[in-house]
Amino acid sequence: MEPILRVENLTHTYSAGTPFERSAVQEMELTVMPGEFLGIIGHTGSGKSTLIQHLNGLLKPTEGTVYLDGQDIWADAKNIRQVRFQVGLVFQYPEYQLFEDTVYKDIAFGPKNMGLDKDEIDRRVRQAAAFVGLREELLEKSPFELSGGQKRRVAIAGVIAMEPKVLILDEPTAGLDPRGRENILRQIRQYHKEKGNTVILVSHSMEEIAQNVDRIVVLKGARNYMEGTPRQVFSRAEELEAIGLDVPQVTRIAMALRRRGVDIDTAVYTVEELKEALLRLKGGGADA
Amino acid sequence: MTMATMIETKDLTFYYPAEEGRAATPALREVTVSVEKGSFVAVLGHNGSGKSTLAKHMNAVLLPSNGKVYVEGCDTCDEKLLLEIRRRVGMVFQNPDNQIVANVVEEDVAFAPENLGVPTAEIRRRVDEALAAVGMSEYAVHAPHLLSGGQKQRIAIAGVIAMEPECIVLDEATAMLDPVGRREVLSTIGKLNRELGITVVLITHHMNEAQQADRVIVMNDGCVAMDGTPREIFARVEELRQLGLAAPHTVELMEELNREGMALPLDAITVEECADAICRELGMA
Ligand SMILES: Nc1ncnc2c1ncn2[C@@H]1O[C@H](COP(=O)(O)OP(=O)(O)O)[C@@H](O)[C@H]1O
Ligand SMILES: Nc1ncnc2c1ncn2[C@@H]1O[C@H](COP(=O)(O)OP(=O)(O)O)[C@@H](O)[C@H]1O
Ligand SMILES: [Mg+2]
Ligand SMILES: [Mg+2]
Repeated sequence: MEPILRVENLTHTYSAGTPFERSAVQEMELTVMPGEFLGIIGHTGSGKSTLIQHLNGLLKPTEGTVYLDGQDIWADAKNIRQVRFQVGLVFQYPEYQLFEDTVYKDIAFGPKNMGLDKDEIDRRVRQAAAFVGLREELLEKSPFELSGGQKRRVAIAGVIAMEPKVLILDEPTAGLDPRGRENILRQIRQYHKEKGNTVILVSHSMEEIAQNVDRIVVLKGARNYMEGTPRQVFSRAEELEAIGLDVPQVTRIAMALRRRGVDIDTAVYTVEELKEALLRLKGGGADA
Repeated sequence: MTMATMIETKDLTFYYPAEEGRAATPALREVTVSVEKGSFVAVLGHNGSGKSTLAKHMNAVLLPSNGKVYVEGCDTCDEKLLLEIRRRVGMVFQNPDNQIVANVVEEDVAFAPENLGVPTAEIRRRVDEALAAVGMSEYAVHAPHLLSGGQKQRIAIAGVIAMEPECIVLDEATAMLDPVGRREVLSTIGKLNRELGITVVLITHHMNEAQQADRVIVMNDGCVAMDGTPREIFARVEELRQLGLAAPHTVELMEELNREGMALPLDAITVEECADAICRELGMA
């Protein structure tokens, strides 16, 4: 299978040639397969947002190339608009970017820009709203009347309504309460399952990445640091802690047990997995 | 009572102005709680449960519709005491970017005491001490907007400290921070509580932050739904779930294992305690 997105030797320097010059991304590589659910993690300033803004052409590489379906997205700058429709990006704290006077118009903004006809726009707005769990009667409200969590869902719906091949969400749960976080993650999971589209989830929470994605890319200091399935990545929990990431509590329990001489795999990250492993050790607590 | 009371609410009920044509529902319903001086209290509860409304009563940003709020015995409804109450109880909010008013860190920290008319030499001393207390002395002449989220929040805390308060209320002040920023802020407030005896009220969604408190209050639908030590509260897994919260994974794991016939103590809430308890159960201790 061909990768849907591929980033080759990407470097991005902000404010080049000034005293503020700063390389936010250095020699990064990234491959994303069609239908994959990918997690990108790294602490603040590691370059996550800068990297993903290259994937839909919002930022232009200082060096390196971004390929969408095998094509260099900057080969012909006229095509960048099309790239933005195919790779949908939900920004961090997107609720601050709502500006229309109704929720409906805010969600319709992207599809309208794509030049779709009214009926198609209407279908997409309603479908996208349903995906993120916004009730029909909210569509005619002003976005400013909604709660923070609802506003965020409007912003996500606006991107989903463009029906992008790749959906990228930059820290979609930041600042929400546990219920709000779980709601949004559940909707994203469901979207991925039903549509089968590629989803890239950016987060600094290991816990939430672990529960959702197929593969994790860890960034550190503007560079690639680690990559693999959640199990592979969490088996190196000590290294993750050392770079300031919050290893899931379950993984930390497994590490603490191992230090006490319990023969247990520290790559576990869900309560369920650790429970099963401990029951097997206990030998017949359940019919393990 | 043996300890002095920092903040006390008595049958505190609060209504926000109702939308036209709608019946008003109270955001707080007859809440009676007291926060002891020098204690570290965490407040949990899902969105809309009334945490921020309660916090805003603690320094007279909001006044009760019914009932009373006292700050060290001062009635928050007494206008003459307003400035004194605001000085004694400082607030830090969620968004680090909305709390910065000046272009240089030390000016930002000096802002509130300057407004109170504190003499210049005294302000200098307070700013230096406040920045030292949050571990940000070396950033005194930096531009705040170039700092990380965790550093900005520490500056906001320094601004409150410069008022020499008795109590700091943090309303989801770590919610927008990454794990490193959260750790910075949390260790800062832990230190202020232990070393300066400042009372801390920490509103948070992170169970591991609440774990560090002396006491946890869980709000639901404008009422206090649970109140106890972190150990007592987190052991009540099912109740927490019903209130839309989750117990730490340590407790969840032990609860699940107990269902399979183990006998683990649900108050072993930290990772190390939980690991010790499991080792004992496995006969390895
Ligand atoms: N528009 C910008 N101008 C200058 N520097 C920037 C800009 N955006 C981000 N940076 C810097 O680039 C680095 C990486 O930032 P970012 O990609 O936002 O990381 P992350 O999303 O992982 O927090 C940081 O040091 C940040 O301060
Ligand atoms: N400014 C306001 N005007 C009207 N209602 C409000 C306002 N602020 C909060 N509320 C309502 O009061 C209740 C409690 O809110 P709040 O104290 O903000 O809860 P929390 O901080 O736990 O999320 C909620 O039902 C909320 O919608
Ligand atoms: Mg970012
Ligand atoms: Mg609140």
